[in-house]
Amino acid sequence: MASLFKLTIHTPESTVLSEDVISVTAPGAEGYLGVLAHHAPLITSLTPGKLSIRKADGQMDEYAVSGGFLEVADNHATLLADSCEHTASIDVARAHEAERRARQRLHSRESAVNVARAEAALKRAVNRQRLGDGKGK
Amino acid sequence: MATLRDIKRRIKSVQSTKQITKAMEMVAAAKLRKATQRALEARPYANGMIEVLGALSSSAAAQAHPLFQRREVKKKALIVVSSDRGLCGAYNSNLMRATEMYLKAQTVPVTLYVVGRKSAEYNTRRKREIAGRFTELPANADFGTAQGIARQAMDDFLEGRVDEVDLIYTHFISTANRKVLTETFLPISGEAVKGAAPQKSRDFILEPSPEQIFEALLPRYANTRIYVAIAEAYASEHSARMIAMGSATKNAGEMINTLTLTRNRLRQAAITKELAEIVGGADALA
Repeated sequence: MASLFKLTIHTPESTVLSEDVISVTAPGAEGYLGVLAHHAPLITSLTPGKLSIRKADGQMDEYAVSGGFLEVADNHATLLADSCEHTASIDVARAHEAERRARQRLHSRESAVNVARAEAALKRAVNRQRLGDGKGK
Repeated sequence: MATLRDIKRRIKSVQSTKQITKAMEMVAAAKLRKATQRALEARPYANGMIEVLGALSSSAAAQAHPLFQRREVKKKALIVVSSDRGLCGAYNSNLMRATEMYLKAQTVPVTLYVVGRKSAEYNTRRKREIAGRFTELPANADFGTAQGIARQAMDDFLEGRVDEVDLIYTHFISTANRKVLTETFLPISGEAVKGAAPQKSRDFILEPSPEQIFEALLPRYANTRIYVAIAEAYASEHSARMIAMGSATKNAGEMINTLTLTRNRLRQAAITKELAEIVGGADALA
């Protein structure tokens, strides 16, 4: 039996998950990183991407994360996500719509700040589509 | 002296008022359940945020971040989170009283960001300077809405239009209990964060760099605070309304009882009088 550690995923709207897991693979700012039990204390920011969780029963679960933070301390991982959706429950049509809007905003060329925001929105939308379509596997 | 017909009319009108307050009470109760859940579910995220921030705030990068910078205060901004609708007891008047107290205590000019129609109307009437207006928020105001407000406040702060941003909202304690809170929103105070977070004195591996984490963390932290404030205010509004409408319904019930009593007495008096007249008339004929 692999050793377990506690994983909690919070988003502003709800607590998505809080249970013991075997491993977590998260899209860190400097590339995907894996966390197992007894990981050293760590704080990292996350980019939009795929979050894979191996649950206590060995099952894999996948979520689309749109950015946030991962904190690991005392064998307890806390993931603060802007949004976190199970890949099965992603609304692909809505993601396509979001992508279209983001592209439109990018083309309209407003101030520099807005470009950065639109790019971030675009990344999130593309990520959700990719995972929602099942291509992320 | 009210006639029988007047009283009957009165009873009818109180009855329909009672029906309305009763309905509003039930609607508020239903909405309250959802609102409370949202307010409570936002807390773990906010606490987690504070924890991460607390773990990092002692680093040099933290102290250098613009959102941490304390400047000489020449101009302040105040975010007032009120409701769009009235009929919720003293909810908004308590909030406005706190706003007045705050404004009276200031020595520098204050500009306002108003959230909710009530505070927008109130402050417009008093010809106050309003920099941002966020009214008619959807009932399920999501993180994006809060982001819009936080972003404007942060932009104004970072670009030097204001030197401090404060926040007034109603904190939800329980259905029967809520409290108007005044807090400093920007600059983010390192001490407050450290005080709130359980101190974990360990060396975290920071990825990518502390600066970059801060760059990502602080705006989110600010958004979260606004989001939590809105969620709390929304829950408070509905609990206030539920209680106000509950007591209005009760009062209407009592009023109906007294009016019914008066009506019955008047009717009895009229019958007695009529009888006396008939008897008197019969006597006169005999």
